[in-house]
Amino acid sequence: MVPLHVAAVTTTLSRSTFTGLRCKECGQGYEAGARHVCEDVCFGPLEVAYDYEAIKARVSRATIEAGPVSIWRYRDFLPIEGDPIDVGTGFTPLLRANRLARRLGLKRLYIKNDGVNMPTLSFKDRVVSVALTRARELGFSTVSCASTGNLANSTAAIAAHAGLECCVFIPSDLELGKVLGTLIYNPTLMAVKGNYDQVNRLCSEVANTYGWGFVNINLRPYYSEGSKTLGYEVIEQLGWQLPDHIVAPLASGSLFTKIRKGFDEFIKVGLVDEKPVRFSGAQAKGCSPIAQAFAEGRDFITPVKPNTIAKSIAIGNPADGPYAIDIANRTGGSIAAVSDDDIIDGIKLLAETEGVFTETAGGTTIAVLKQLVEQGKIDPEETTVAYITGNGLKTTEAIASSIGEPFLIEAQLDSFNAAWERAQSLQRASWDNVG
Amino acid sequence: MAVQVLIPTPLQKFTNDETSVTLEAASVDGLLQALEVRYPGILVRLCDEKGMLRRFLNVYVNSEDIRFLENQATSLGDGDEVSIVPAVAGG
Repeated sequence: MVPLHVAAVTTTLSRSTFTGLRCKECGQGYEAGARHVCEDVCFGPLEVAYDYEAIKARVSRATIEAGPVSIWRYRDFLPIEGDPIDVGTGFTPLLRANRLARRLGLKRLYIKNDGVNMPTLSFKDRVVSVALTRARELGFSTVSCASTGNLANSTAAIAAHAGLECCVFIPSDLELGKVLGTLIYNPTLMAVKGNYDQVNRLCSEVANTYGWGFVNINLRPYYSEGSKTLGYEVIEQLGWQLPDHIVAPLASGSLFTKIRKGFDEFIKVGLVDEKPVRFSGAQAKGCSPIAQAFAEGRDFITPVKPNTIAKSIAIGNPADGPYAIDIANRTGGSIAAVSDDDIIDGIKLLAETEGVFTETAGGTTIAVLKQLVEQGKIDPEETTVAYITGNGLKTTEAIASSIGEPFLIEAQLDSFNAAWERAQSLQRASWDNVG
Repeated sequence: MAVQVLIPTPLQKFTNDETSVTLEAASVDGLLQALEVRYPGILVRLCDEKGMLRRFLNVYVNSEDIRFLENQATSLGDGDEVSIVPAVAGG
């Protein structure tokens, strides 16, 4: 439902660098209102269109470096008109991961750690900061989303900060941390008996009749642009260079395509020199419709019913799957899937080597990174960036039975000495097993 | 077979802003034709030139994606609910 004052809003677009919306499939143009599909022609997804000459005239490395330490240092590349909702989102650490690199046999590996993004510890804060800024500009007073958890956390938190009413929808079987991490902001939370794809369908039906701003439905063109900042930041943090290879988790496929768009835009406006970057995607075997299509050489997605611990990326009907496949093919990358056990091993490997505790999506990314190195699909000489998109404290259930236990001791030296001796022998036994 | 169809917002301009309509059809294909008869011009939005549903549209019968059923040949019974949903991102 398009708010009545959209026409008034679009007349002021000259202040911003975006020019409207355009169908990604057929190119049909639309005004920059609350709409996400090409309703006049082909039902393809709409994307924000920009005036890149205007951006080029306005932006330089120096202007960006002088900007806020958040995604809003790139605001000329983002589809907003007025003041952003700035909750400190973005500019998360790009960590040189030497210990993990040595373990895997790589020379230059970086971890882009959005597990410490603000305010809710996942990359979703990027997309929601943009979506809710735009929602406010379009006059919405209530915002909503369908979520596998992280998006719900972020929408509820940033809506609270912005003073927007919020109603979010999640599958009813999510991890406790993700449920509490939404409820604390006091939105209306609908836990739907079904998987994410069913939640998404329900939300689309609700959107047909309620005049709300759904960040991933009628605000999707604006929302998804927020993910481009994961591309910009990596370029800037690498000293204004592109990496050679990136590995990112695939759920709907949107993040993957927007990192690519971020790289392309910085090349287009002359902020970085062009060079080939390979794009590889990570899925869980229990929900791998994009990896399956990639393996079979298909350019269309056959939906699946998810069954994996990696709930944050358990989307059986990924809307941007065909685009993700196209990018992997065009760039010489891969799309691979790993088992739930591999995902847990990936979480532990990243934690033990780099001190980064990620959730199941990050475990999937690390496990696929390891697999691709072992298969020779990542060259050890490549500068590789693995995108870690969420925080492990939200999905503790996934690893609770796979990690050690504390030694329970008395507050006495004897008790500690005995426990320490036992700890040392357990460690030796563990090394013997490895050997 | 009277079937209830939930109409997505971008198509409601064809249905005089109705969010759901009731039509007679025995299959999804039949339903698409019935929609065109009642709302001329709607079919070309929903299907490509070969009559296949556009790839960014999802159709559900009683909440099940028709790709898990018989696709456009999926049969419909009295009181079934069909939902037409454009693809969305998220996570």
